[in-house]
Amino acid sequence: MTIRVVHYINQFYAGLGGEEAANALPESREGAVGPGMQLQALFGEKARIVGTVVCGDGTYGERTEEARSECLRLIEAFRPDLFVAGPAFNAGRYGFACGDICSTVGKKLGIPTVTALYPENPGVELFAKNTVIVQTADSARGMKPALEGLARIGLKLAAGEPLGPARLEGTIPRGIRKNFFFEKNGAERAVEMLLDKIAGRPFRTEYEMPVFKRIPPAAPIKDLKKATIALVCSGGIVPKGNPDHIRVSSAETYGKYDISKLDDLTPETYESIHGGYDRVWANEDPDVVLPVDVMRELEREGVFGKLYDWIYTTTGTGTAVSHAERFGREIGAQLKEAGVDGVILTST
Amino acid sequence: MTREIEKAAGIPVVQIATIVPIMLTVGSNRIVPGVAIPHPVGDPAKGPEADRKARRELLLKALEAMTTPITEQTIFERK
Repeated sequence: MTIRVVHYINQFYAGLGGEEAANALPESREGAVGPGMQLQALFGEKARIVGTVVCGDGTYGERTEEARSECLRLIEAFRPDLFVAGPAFNAGRYGFACGDICSTVGKKLGIPTVTALYPENPGVELFAKNTVIVQTADSARGMKPALEGLARIGLKLAAGEPLGPARLEGTIPRGIRKNFFFEKNGAERAVEMLLDKIAGRPFRTEYEMPVFKRIPPAAPIKDLKKATIALVCSGGIVPKGNPDHIRVSSAETYGKYDISKLDDLTPETYESIHGGYDRVWANEDPDVVLPVDVMRELEREGVFGKLYDWIYTTTGTGTAVSHAERFGREIGAQLKEAGVDGVILTST
Repeated sequence: MTREIEKAAGIPVVQIATIVPIMLTVGSNRIVPGVAIPHPVGDPAKGPEADRKARRELLLKALEAMTTPITEQTIFERK
């Protein structure tokens, strides 16, 4: 049986035009279009591009919900077994569209999806967990290997064959770890890795650390005596009984609690639920992690203007970086809205 | 979380925690090293007075950090 493929491309690759056609509405065409022709040649007899869905990058980026649901309807009408988008190289909006429509098709139609992007395309960070992404060059000069990757990975996915490690498949890591047996145990491998490192020989870690971003430091507070300061905590200090059921580890939520009438956190009112440190001290006096008592004292002394009425708190252990970043974005936006001037964030 | 709050709110965020390399890795800009992992802003093992004194010194240091202009990630040590 031939695999039925639907291919997604933008206005440019469909021949509608460049930026002036970026507001093109979603449309579908029979068979392969543009780069889809070469992709069809690479598929050979094994798969057939039954239809191509085209949408302007501006349309998809600005009216995402409408574009997404219309594209999905057009794609579904072709009854595909496999969905391919791009390649979009380092084109930001096109990469976003490819990632978004792949995620949507995977979720709604339950079929395998694959796109092809340059590793720094913003679509990668947004969608790498939801779809397979073939790693490409930063421009269409890398078209040939990108299409070869799409064809090879697409056929594998459609056949239900498991993918190997990303670095061997030429895909972008999805953060999936698979268990398998090694000849040598962990201690032996770690010592070998260490010896290689000391000797300056190449070695490869078995557990990649996430890469974190840097931002330029915010300007300092000019007049502390007029400043409102907020306390934020990732040490798992919550009102007794943990009313919002924040998880003891791998938290996916945070809590916001009113401290406007509190001078001190006591074991009767607050507790630690953090699953990553010994909570004896924190449960005897939660102020050793979330220092409301001394902040209130410094406020009274006039060292700074006002302690903000609300605290934000979560548990920072095993918490996914993406969640922690989202907490930060949401809390930051709320503090800005509230006119807070500075934050002290305590972590365990 | 520290970095994203600072970015979203555009205000200085001082992080007090114990493992400085982690704070540097996650991109905190103003860093005050804390006392210990289970009690970053206190020293309860030394008794209530020393505990409160440690907390006060750390918070004053954090407030100082907030009012200090910096151009890169900076560690503000309690004396």
